[in-house]
Amino acid sequence: MSKTTMTRRGVLKTGAVAGAGVALPTIFTASSAAAYTNEPTGSTVKFGFNVPQTGPYADEGMDELRAQELAIEHINGMGDGGALNTFSSKALGGDGVLGKKVEFVTGDTQTKSDAARASAKSMIEKDGVVMINGGSSSGVAVAVQGLCQEAGIIFMAGLTHSNDTTGKDRKANGFRHFFNAYMSAAALAPVLAKEYGTDRRAYHLTADYTWGWTQQESIAAATEAMGWETVNNVLTPLSATDFSSYIAPVLNSGADVLVLNHYGGNMVNSLTNAIQFGLRDKMVNGKQFEIVVPLYSELMAAGAGENIKGVYGSMNWNWQLQDEGTKAFVQSFGKKYGRPPSNSAQTCYAQTLLYADAVARAGSFNPCAVAEALEGFEFDGLGNGPTLYRADDHQCFKDVLVMKGRDNPTTEYDTLEVVEKTPVAQVTYAPDHAMFGGAEASLGTCNPGA
Amino acid sequence: MLGMNKKDTALMIVVAILALGAPILLNPFPTESAMAQFNAGYPDLMQRFAIFGIFAIGFNILFGLTGYLSFGHAAFLGVGSYSVVWMYKLLDYNVIWGLPLAVVTAGAFALLIGYVSLRRSGIYFSILTLAFAQMSFNLAYSVLTPITNGETGLQVYTKDPQVLLGANEANSPHFFGLVMNSSSKIAMGGWEFTFNNGYYFCAVILMVMFYLAIRIFRSPFGMMLRAIKSNNTRMTYTGLNPRPYALAAFVISGMYAGLAGGLMAAMDPLAGAERMQWTASGEVVLMTILGGTGTLIGPVLGAGFIKYFENIFSKINDNILHGWFSFLPDGLEDFVVFIIHPFIGKGWHLTLGILFMLVVIFLPGGLVEGGQRLKKLVTSKKDDSNNTAKTEPAE
Amino acid sequence: MDAIILQILNGLDKGSAYALIALGLTLIFGTLGVVNFAHGALFMIGAFCAVTLSKILTISFETIDPTQKDFLGNPLVVKTPYVEAWFGPEFGAGLIDWAVPLSILFSIPIMIGIGFIMERGLIKHFYKREHADQILVTFGLAIVLQEVVKYFFGANPIPTGAPDALTGAFDFGTLLGFDPNTVIYPYWRLVYFFFAAAVIGGVFAFLQFTTFGMVVRAGMADRETVGLLGINIDRRFTIMFGIAAAVAGLAGVMYAPINSPNYHMGMDFLVLSFVVVVVGGMGSLPGAVAAGFLLGVLESFASMNEVKSLLPGIDQIIIYLVAIIILLTRPRGLMGRKGVMEE
Repeated sequence: MSKTTMTRRGVLKTGAVAGAGVALPTIFTASSAAAYTNEPTGSTVKFGFNVPQTGPYADEGMDELRAQELAIEHINGMGDGGALNTFSSKALGGDGVLGKKVEFVTGDTQTKSDAARASAKSMIEKDGVVMINGGSSSGVAVAVQGLCQEAGIIFMAGLTHSNDTTGKDRKANGFRHFFNAYMSAAALAPVLAKEYGTDRRAYHLTADYTWGWTQQESIAAATEAMGWETVNNVLTPLSATDFSSYIAPVLNSGADVLVLNHYGGNMVNSLTNAIQFGLRDKMVNGKQFEIVVPLYSELMAAGAGENIKGVYGSMNWNWQLQDEGTKAFVQSFGKKYGRPPSNSAQTCYAQTLLYADAVARAGSFNPCAVAEALEGFEFDGLGNGPTLYRADDHQCFKDVLVMKGRDNPTTEYDTLEVVEKTPVAQVTYAPDHAMFGGAEASLGTCNPGA
Repeated sequence: MLGMNKKDTALMIVVAILALGAPILLNPFPTESAMAQFNAGYPDLMQRFAIFGIFAIGFNILFGLTGYLSFGHAAFLGVGSYSVVWMYKLLDYNVIWGLPLAVVTAGAFALLIGYVSLRRSGIYFSILTLAFAQMSFNLAYSVLTPITNGETGLQVYTKDPQVLLGANEANSPHFFGLVMNSSSKIAMGGWEFTFNNGYYFCAVILMVMFYLAIRIFRSPFGMMLRAIKSNNTRMTYTGLNPRPYALAAFVISGMYAGLAGGLMAAMDPLAGAERMQWTASGEVVLMTILGGTGTLIGPVLGAGFIKYFENIFSKINDNILHGWFSFLPDGLEDFVVFIIHPFIGKGWHLTLGILFMLVVIFLPGGLVEGGQRLKKLVTSKKDDSNNTAKTEPAE
Repeated sequence: MDAIILQILNGLDKGSAYALIALGLTLIFGTLGVVNFAHGALFMIGAFCAVTLSKILTISFETIDPTQKDFLGNPLVVKTPYVEAWFGPEFGAGLIDWAVPLSILFSIPIMIGIGFIMERGLIKHFYKREHADQILVTFGLAIVLQEVVKYFFGANPIPTGAPDALTGAFDFGTLLGFDPNTVIYPYWRLVYFFFAAAVIGGVFAFLQFTTFGMVVRAGMADRETVGLLGINIDRRFTIMFGIAAAVAGLAGVMYAPINSPNYHMGMDFLVLSFVVVVVGGMGSLPGAVAAGFLLGVLESFASMNEVKSLLPGIDQIIIYLVAIIILLTRPRGLMGRKGVMEE
């Protein structure tokens, strides 16, 4: 029978009263007596996995989804437990979370802010999820993070590399495990200086949107600190597919390094085009011409094929690492899906476990309690080495991998090799760093919703 | 009633019932049942139905009546959204400031683009509108970031002025205190219905806009627009200049689009640049054709159809499929899931593409024709001549 | 000066891709009067013909190499392509290396076949329907085609290299008396340009100098009269559709080494090719070709740093800006005919 008997007029009236009279408005649900949005009442709890399933990043989204399903299995005590066995926190017992079995719903972000928010909203409003995880672009991450803040649930970001996600757009309900553009640059620059010398002239091609800009700003600052000179920075349209007209002038500019601040299809095409122009066969200023791709992913490496050989870049994690957490996760993932996981998959896997663990430690699904449990949390055994979830900006601090395209891959999966593990101290920055919104940036207050 | 003939009044009443009853009508399956996956009665999707319905109704005033096929209407949608979010940033969260501004700016934008584009007709006109919209999108995504916040989308920051913001005011979009995000949930047996303020706000506007469209369709002005489509040359020979009429239709449909864009930002205070992309313009074209070009109700149906697939089918995954077919023997279950698998979840585009083709091949008049055929089957009574007024394409 | 020559080369190369796609599109417009939104998908399928052939050539048998380990610690499975085993590593590897040029032969019958099936099975029934219906059905078809490709090949781009002999770049500048390394241009792009020129020349020659072409041209000008003369114009139009599909497919095959093919590359080119066709003028083949090269060259100039620093973002909008200016100054594009697709 009906819990409350309301006419439509009555609803509108109460809505109006609630809106006018209460400083913190009730969001998404007005009538329920829940302490926070989507408080799980039954024997199950739902997580939302919002990943790109159509469009150019569909394969990356698929890989994230595989990892998320695996994480759910491990949390619910199925399979071999994966990295739960090596995880430093033992709050999860393999029997779900707080005695509730974890279920999940999936959605398609289409790598568009609007579609991602629509999908996230349907998860929150229709399916009643307590947490949303996944994604493969910063625009989407910032958009969905904002939504989760308003709705009063936790957002565990997937692949998002822009400084803004935990910089000027940071939110109290949002958390990022993935590394960022600043960290990429801080890790890469010393290796580049060591390999290519400190007297280099760099030419930047930068994707003309927020992520591209923060990436370029970061890498230019870090390499300039090493003594490099930035000859030029050319912005390229996101929709560009043929980069020949941007690459053709590079050789003649006096630069001897080309930095490609591109991701995904943009990067595959710009690198392929640069190799076509024979840039890496040339000598400029008496030095071998080099190409750098600050942010790598396995799928991009696969798309670029042979062109990636010898090209430096950085990654959040790679399956070839030899620590226990990585081994456990790769074994578990490999057995189930017959392929090694990508670094975006690892981030989504870790984020799902971290969320569940934080709930278990907090003893509640209340987003504010969970956020408190995650803030300042130090952990190990998930594959990235000792890691800190910093309280000031909800960014994970851990070692960063410098990668290089492998010259002679033995299988289709080991196209990249780990060159160096840059220690976390070297990539740490102040929470009020100018590239991260400066002193003005603030998390705001945690929103539990209802 | 209200200056409408009997048929139109009946149609208007049907639309009103559908719009006001949507939270119940779209939730036919109990919450715990396996079929609940197909329920569409949650606020966000219902809001989208209403908003894209408005967008498509407006588009149809241009395309359905005059035959001018614009491939750039998403630009007006985007302009509307940006206007509303900017009002949030500068004044406060009351949508009363933003929505009229959205209509006005989109109208002004449409006047400019329409004035230039309508110098050409046919596909030349289509490409001109496409070019303007793509320029707007590309610039909004990159160079105009100070105004549009580019990739991230325009949103409200705590440091924004918001000069009118009162101490007790809601910090999310509202209409004089009627907070868009608030809902009431009513449980009834196994069902749960969500009545959302924002949805009803959109639904009321949808009804007003639908009424307005009826009046435009039936007015002498509407006749003039049809004349442009059916015989432009003859119209010119009779001494009438079709351009001002076409331009008026273009601006009106641009204002509808601006209102729809404004409502999107009113429901969700973020304006992403992607809503200006050519794919978004193409989507409204598809909605209109799919529903039934030139009919009153068709575009609304088309909008609902596409948004339903986008939001419901993309969320069905293999786990859910296994859940549905778990009553089958194991081998058969896997086989059935294997067969359906390519069409759901990441394959929802495929399903949509196939449905586009099926509809246009078998129902040349769009979904409306499907409805008519059904009706004929049911009543099997000869249509009286008046009946055609409702659904006849504007030839 | 060298920078300008370089951008002209770039522009001609981009333009040749635009021109090839637009040529097929305008052939279909002109002969059949059909707005074909699936034309980009044909281009994409062409590129995937190259991918498929190189996959076929690399079909491998597996041997286990116990000395190496895979990522799970199991013995590594080594794959050796059958062609290398059958024809010797030397010739087999050569075949694989030349997969893209070889797929020209492979793709022509496939593309013509797809064109026939599309026309006979679907498009034929839409000649008398409104353009709106044509748009909806071909757009639906384009989605279906690309989703089918995605189902089999995934969403990630698939690297498909040019033969080793044609990789690397040619130092054009030294020929013209510039310093070395000032005007270099990749061999494969030069190949693409000459290939495109040959295909365009071939299509024009076919229409100009054969009786078949004459009838088709007559049909483009006045379909009804040609029909009244007792000529079966429909059959010829079917063949034209096949040819248009083949041209789009060839453009795709040869494009595969320039950018790794992915399933939505057709959509990326779709809007652009429509703009090219319209700027060229509806129903005009030379117009489409001229517009393709014009837009390619202008796009390249707009991406020069000197131009971009004067007008930020100009490279984002140049194509559309040029389209607007041309359509406003010339009512039917560069060489359009009166009355084609103007209603």
